[in-house]
Amino acid sequence: MTTTTDHHHPITTSEVGGIGHSIKRHEDDRLIQGAGNFVDDIVLPGMLHMTLVRSPWAHATINGIDSSAAEAIDGVVAVVTGELLAEYNLAWMPTLSGDTQAVLATDKVRYQGQEVAGVIATDPYVARDGADAVVVDYDPLPVITNPMQGLESDAPIIRTDLEDKEDNVVYEWEAGDAAATEEAFAKADRVVRVETHYPRSHPAPLETCGIVADVNPGTGETTLYMTSQAPHAHRTIFALVAGLPEQKIRIVSPDLGGGFGNKVPVYPGYVVATAASLVIGKPVKWIETRYENLISTGFARDYYMKGELAVTNEGKILGLKVDMLSDQGAFFADAQPSKLRAGLFEIVTGSYDLQAAHVTTKGVYTNKAPGGVAYRCSFRVTEASYLIERLVQNAAYELEMDPAEFRSMNFIQPDQFPYESATGLVYDSGDYETAMRKAMEMIGYDELRVEQAKAREEGRLVGIGIASFTDIVGAGPSKDYDIIGLKMFDSAELRVHPTGKAILKLGVKTQGQGHETTFAQIVAEELGIPATDIKVVHGDTDNTPYGLGTYGSRSTPVAGAATAIVARNLRDKARDIAAHMLEASADDLEWENGKFSVKGSPDSSVSIQDIAFAAYTNLPEGMEAGLEGVHYYDPPNLTFPFGTYIVAVEIDAGTGQWKVDRMVAVDDCGVRINPMIVEGQIHGGLTEGFAMSNMQSMSFDDDGNCLTAHFDNYMIPTAWETPRFELGETITLSPHHPIGAKGVGESATVGSPAAYVNAIIDALRHMGVTNIDMPVLPDRIWQAIQENAG
Amino acid sequence: MQITVTVNGAEHSADVEPRTLLVDFIRNDLRLTGTHIGCDTTACGVCTVLLDGTPVKSCTVFAVQANGRSITTVEGLKQNGDLHPIQVAFKEEHGLQCGFCTPAMMLVGAKLIEDNPNPTEDEVRWAISGNLCRCTGYVNIVKSIQLAGKMATAGSDS
Amino acid sequence: MLAVITRARPAMEVRMYPRAFDYLAPETKEEVLDVLAERGDEVKILAGGQSLIPMMKLRLASPGTLVDINRVPDLDSISIGNGHLTVQALVRHNDIVNSELVTTENAAMASAAPWISDPIVRNLGTLAGSVAHHDPEGDWASVMLACGAQVVAESRDGGERVIPITEFLTDMFTTSLQPTEMITEVRVPRYTSRTTHEHAPPRGGGNYQKLERKVGDYATVGVATHLELGDDGGISKAGIALTSVYSHNLKVTEAEHLLVGSHASDELFAEAAEIAKIACTPASDVRGSAEYKKDMVRVFTERGLAASLALAQR
Repeated sequence: MTTTTDHHHPITTSEVGGIGHSIKRHEDDRLIQGAGNFVDDIVLPGMLHMTLVRSPWAHATINGIDSSAAEAIDGVVAVVTGELLAEYNLAWMPTLSGDTQAVLATDKVRYQGQEVAGVIATDPYVARDGADAVVVDYDPLPVITNPMQGLESDAPIIRTDLEDKEDNVVYEWEAGDAAATEEAFAKADRVVRVETHYPRSHPAPLETCGIVADVNPGTGETTLYMTSQAPHAHRTIFALVAGLPEQKIRIVSPDLGGGFGNKVPVYPGYVVATAASLVIGKPVKWIETRYENLISTGFARDYYMKGELAVTNEGKILGLKVDMLSDQGAFFADAQPSKLRAGLFEIVTGSYDLQAAHVTTKGVYTNKAPGGVAYRCSFRVTEASYLIERLVQNAAYELEMDPAEFRSMNFIQPDQFPYESATGLVYDSGDYETAMRKAMEMIGYDELRVEQAKAREEGRLVGIGIASFTDIVGAGPSKDYDIIGLKMFDSAELRVHPTGKAILKLGVKTQGQGHETTFAQIVAEELGIPATDIKVVHGDTDNTPYGLGTYGSRSTPVAGAATAIVARNLRDKARDIAAHMLEASADDLEWENGKFSVKGSPDSSVSIQDIAFAAYTNLPEGMEAGLEGVHYYDPPNLTFPFGTYIVAVEIDAGTGQWKVDRMVAVDDCGVRINPMIVEGQIHGGLTEGFAMSNMQSMSFDDDGNCLTAHFDNYMIPTAWETPRFELGETITLSPHHPIGAKGVGESATVGSPAAYVNAIIDALRHMGVTNIDMPVLPDRIWQAIQENAG
Repeated sequence: MQITVTVNGAEHSADVEPRTLLVDFIRNDLRLTGTHIGCDTTACGVCTVLLDGTPVKSCTVFAVQANGRSITTVEGLKQNGDLHPIQVAFKEEHGLQCGFCTPAMMLVGAKLIEDNPNPTEDEVRWAISGNLCRCTGYVNIVKSIQLAGKMATAGSDS
Repeated sequence: MLAVITRARPAMEVRMYPRAFDYLAPETKEEVLDVLAERGDEVKILAGGQSLIPMMKLRLASPGTLVDINRVPDLDSISIGNGHLTVQALVRHNDIVNSELVTTENAAMASAAPWISDPIVRNLGTLAGSVAHHDPEGDWASVMLACGAQVVAESRDGGERVIPITEFLTDMFTTSLQPTEMITEVRVPRYTSRTTHEHAPPRGGGNYQKLERKVGDYATVGVATHLELGDDGGISKAGIALTSVYSHNLKVTEAEHLLVGSHASDELFAEAAEIAKIACTPASDVRGSAEYKKDMVRVFTERGLAASLALAQR
């Protein structure tokens, strides 16, 4: 068991800048000067450019591909088809969920935008001209655009490539105890139901995906500059897919313009560009257009959920039943741990103490893009959190209780932790009541309810919505969590140089979260070396220890722990060196403010900088030189951040447009390493939650044509629509994390959608409205008012 | 077609195809890669540069249109080795996370505080509503621009 | 049941680079007109380019020649003349947002200008270009229809032609502008609430209501209204035009006729709004259902007329 430090930060001085200091970010200096280095900024000598030919059809047989006209264009170097890739055994590749995915379609296309050919040219404009000149002969097939259609008895089979596949079912999965749940429901006074579709969404980082693939024709050494949230895992996948020796593959993930889960999977474009570089012997760059990014890369959600909550008349929740259908797209390419078919949906019991739960889900192939990614959430947690928070609010209404009081009656109590949930998770810590009361106080909940009553008398539609979510992050313990067999530990390597400066190398990879600052602060806390003296290196597989990457809010819980422990290990060695320097026994030394001193004689001390110098110049006999180490951290459990968000909205009764008047967010993510950065993460998450609830979703017509493949229709809120946020915090330490931190990148996206929608329903419930699916466009509110007005 | 464009104070001549987008000229011909591409459809604004001092989306302007005119990109904000107040303020107020929208946001912000050194929150939000950010929720971008306005005013007073 | 496949090959809007074209940047209007006279059919005029260039990048438009008029002098002013507000071809949307003249002389325009696209696009895009583009989802054409604007076109051999907006806008993405003509200016009647200054224009008020999901979005529904009051306080002139709810920007003549000659009242406006609702035929799409859009036409027409009246009576 590791020890937990005190949470009354900051302990270090502002010069050291350890945990609790809002120090300014180290990465900013280059980014504010336009001196960042993103994949598309990389230019190599002789570099060629690739454009992909994509299918206009959602489902169609390929009769033939004629690339002769393209090849005749001046500047077109080559056209790569699936047939050519098949010669290298590269026409298909494994997905992160153990399925296979076409790299370039050979038999048929299975979604609009699927990759069919790659055109390589000396110039990106010419590559585009070439792609336009490739003629593909298609025979369209019937299309499946949702899982209900996919399960119909006469549905066409999408995965004809899989031997003996006679239906479109990807998997069936369940959690919890069916019998116990039936028993709980039998005892219930009432059952409350919510049936809702959590719409397909897309992470849409502002930088699209891309690669510069550079296979050295002389040595076979392969350097891939790519938009990767998980460079080490991607290197291993490339080694397995292409049969390349892993030591000859180097993946460099430079500055990333956001990720949010979109840059976790391996996409066909990466493989085609690499194959093209291998065949042609020159570097090949491929950068997605926005259209390609939206139409073909990792979507998120698309869950059809039916939830039932069994409650007593006194207001006690007894049990929960959930049945779901998941739209997986044409290949099962979810980026999530192997054993989790439905991600961490088990967290659906939320912050509530209930006896029994049973969850079933079925994944279905459809003619839509593959790649269910954890878009700013840890594997299906967003869907789970949304469902329970919607159910809880509707249950409160059913019982004519205030939603806050109903939550209070059912929260897991602080003395129940560690708490084993009805679906088998062990929550490490929590204090839900305190967080909710704080949020209520901040927003003035009781006064708001009074104002709401007054507004309603005036005919105004005003609503207040609460979400008291529990998140689950930090995957994960190696006994349960792996991605295609790779255990989900993470690592940190720390070297302290003779002058007392240090370099920290990580297996995780920032996409804007500020790792170069935050992780330096962890080292500063543990070793007393100023954070500004610590360089953080990440994203280069040749120069960092192995790790599974950054997604699912796992960097702080896993790599942050590895960093703290490697620093503590170096401190242990430093103690021995200090003992030698001070001619004292190591047991007689005490550590404070970056110094070891002899107990009782504080003048007799050596600083960490002195010790670092000694580690290379003045070692005790027999001790190995240097002050460096590496640690691989296997977390004992996941972490469970939580919080309460309260939203007040007003709806224009004429148009159905809604506006957020107040948004209060109280988050408990344990220790905040850099409070400024933590708040920035929360701001971003609350905005993406708002986007999903208000405007953002991926839509398709009945023919499988994507209707939202540009930012004209895939809506991302601007500063004008985005609500103002008021943030608060409580601090409950994770008991098993070395510094008591839990991870924060995603809580706000997980928790906030239900708060927004609950507020809208709260404004309309007196009319009998109980549910509106996201995104809650004005039209949907108008419809609900029409349906319930008469 | 031969064009001459003044970029960040320096004259550049190049032979470009008429269809070359200004953003590609800036990134590929001039190798000034602080100007980014995010959406191709004039929606996200990460390609924003100043054309004769006015913010435009450089993915929706042809390079030939800039012939004889003057462009400022993020690389031109720093003057005589000193960061522009907008750059200092973005770091100070944590106005950036991934940094991809940042050059554009800073140029729009710099133009705003030039016209209106003391903008209200609403004025800032309105001014940057042609530029998307996916990381920050805009909260600290607004604060950064307001701080830069104050810094610029203080600087010119002294 | 799954439908039999009868559908056409879907469009792929993946492209980001235009096809190659010739580029000309004349420095006089005469040169522009010469090029148009000689190459008419294959030419597109580039003013702000904020609609044209995106279409070229998607290869939905591929003109052989692009004539950039941005170097032509004396085409960028807003002025008053002959009872009109004159908006020249290179006046940008943001020039209109910032124009005191527009604020005092035409309330519908002043109300619409901040709703055009987003603040950066407004720095380049032009009113004349927007009207010439005639996207049924464009806002300006509705405002021009409601106000009764005129488009002034010029050609080398035909001289100047003044075209009423109703005759200029023929069908979606189509106008009566000839291939040899360029728009030099748009003339908009002066409608103001100020009655104090010399040569005071009629007492009027106007408004633009737009439902958009976010800044920069096309209208889900847009409604332009204009009212002018006679000396007796009755409505002497009325304009209502709709965006995004018909195959082109739709002037609701029947509702206008209802209003003219009557005294304003909530009931009258409700009746006019109902006519507008019936007149439009929007399509259901990702922005909303047809029923919803029709009802928003009603709501916005009522609201717009009330706002216009309030200005006219000020």
